[in-house]
Amino acid sequence: MKIMHCPLNGPRNISEFVYGGEVRDMPDPNCVSDAEWAEHVFLENNTRGVVREWWMHVATAYWFIAERNTATEKIVRTYPSSDIFSDRVSFAAPDEERESS
Amino acid sequence: MPFGLLKYGLRRRYPARRDVPVASELKPSYDVVIIGGGGHGLAAAYYLAENHGITNIAILEKGYLAGGNTARNTAIIRSNYLTPEGVRFYDESVRMYQELSNVLDYNILYSERGHLTLAHTDGALRTSRWRAEVNKHLGVKSELIYPDEIARVCPQLNMSSDVRYPILGALYHYPGAIARHDAVAWGYAANAARRGVEIHQQTEVTGILKEGNCVTGVETTRGMVSCGKVLQAVSGHSSVLAEMAGFKLPIRTIPLQACVSQPLKPFLDPIIVSGSLHVYVSQSDRGELVMGGSTDPYTLYSTRSSLDFKEGLMGHMLELFPFLSEVRLLRQWAGLADMTPDFSPVMGLTPIDNYFVDSGWGTWGFKATPVSGKRMAETVATGQIPEILEPFRLERFDTFEQVGERGAASVGH
Repeated sequence: MKIMHCPLNGPRNISEFVYGGEVRDMPDPNCVSDAEWAEHVFLENNTRGVVREWWMHVATAYWFIAERNTATEKIVRTYPSSDIFSDRVSFAAPDEERESS
Repeated sequence: MPFGLLKYGLRRRYPARRDVPVASELKPSYDVVIIGGGGHGLAAAYYLAENHGITNIAILEKGYLAGGNTARNTAIIRSNYLTPEGVRFYDESVRMYQELSNVLDYNILYSERGHLTLAHTDGALRTSRWRAEVNKHLGVKSELIYPDEIARVCPQLNMSSDVRYPILGALYHYPGAIARHDAVAWGYAANAARRGVEIHQQTEVTGILKEGNCVTGVETTRGMVSCGKVLQAVSGHSSVLAEMAGFKLPIRTIPLQACVSQPLKPFLDPIIVSGSLHVYVSQSDRGELVMGGSTDPYTLYSTRSSLDFKEGLMGHMLELFPFLSEVRLLRQWAGLADMTPDFSPVMGLTPIDNYFVDSGWGTWGFKATPVSGKRMAETVATGQIPEILEPFRLERFDTFEQVGERGAASVGH
């Protein structure tokens, strides 16, 4: 069995985890064009090599970040998302839109 | 007698027939370069030569002929999809497959078995009914059948209600078939080579040379080759190649595993598929049970096999066929599937003028080999995308016109 080191729960079987896609910046949904948004949602880097990804430990619903080599299946490093994200990402609509609706 | 046979065999007068000639040196230039020597690339080369008179073609293959997903699929051919776009497309493929042994003068061991997609939930039953109606509307023979009829078509199935997921019904697709996958590739390769197409194995493309928005050639491990047009048909590594060419695809590379049992006497005629249980199984002409399950849970470019897959698949297999518990597995392997967000392929034109793409073949590539070869050849030769490929164009993601194909195998329904 393949083992993944969860930053919260320690080494666990990889079948306890869910893969959540690559960590990447989201364009601002309020001012992005359709084409840019489609690119963000659908097009993939699909890199062959070391990738930084979101993973979740299902039993504890804990999201964290893993660096994994997609060519060799070696998990290079796992760490809490707070290591790279210091602020909450805001999904709020701009103020003027909320007022008019 | 053995000596006589040896003498006969070694005589120059009876040379062994080579289907695929040994490739010579690479020429400095070709009209069309096809990257990827699998079923799709070979078929495209054959139809370019046969239907469009273009024979100055090189097929560049990194490994050996048809050693990728053409060799790793479970060889099922069917057209019982859900979307009208998908049904029309795969129906053309099934029709071409039915004639293929004659057309290529190469026996692909096409074996029409009937194809049962089992439904274990009300949701699956509803999708089966939906698929049956779409199929019939487009002239494809599929029916929704219920347990008494299923037991008649496949008496080996465990129809007991005393299991975790009892069988409630099935989509019965009469023309469902299997074929010898290697022979499909070899047949296309032999016929393409006979028409002058060069097949270069052990030749990896390492770069795409461009001038403005036009491809002028490809860099390979055996030197530079210039070319008029390029077609990439490299399922599994589509994104890697597209990145060399300078564009992105809506594809994640995810392994899809399969396995075969030891050979058994023939006992299973139809192809049995269960979307809810993630099982598909057929008995090959050699007697082996060819089994597959769902795609792996995460992206990977490695064709390693995993115990998780085997355990999961066998648990479900034994629910359907409990009497197989003593049967041993012979081989297990994996292929790299190009998974798209809508489970439909990505084919046709690209942002680069003379560069064409045949990708996104997830778990549905082998069954589309003839039609994609023929239609991609048409696209490359004319520069126009045929109507049947229109729904599968790359730009559908920009305009939010995806073809949500829930009839695809190995994906949740």
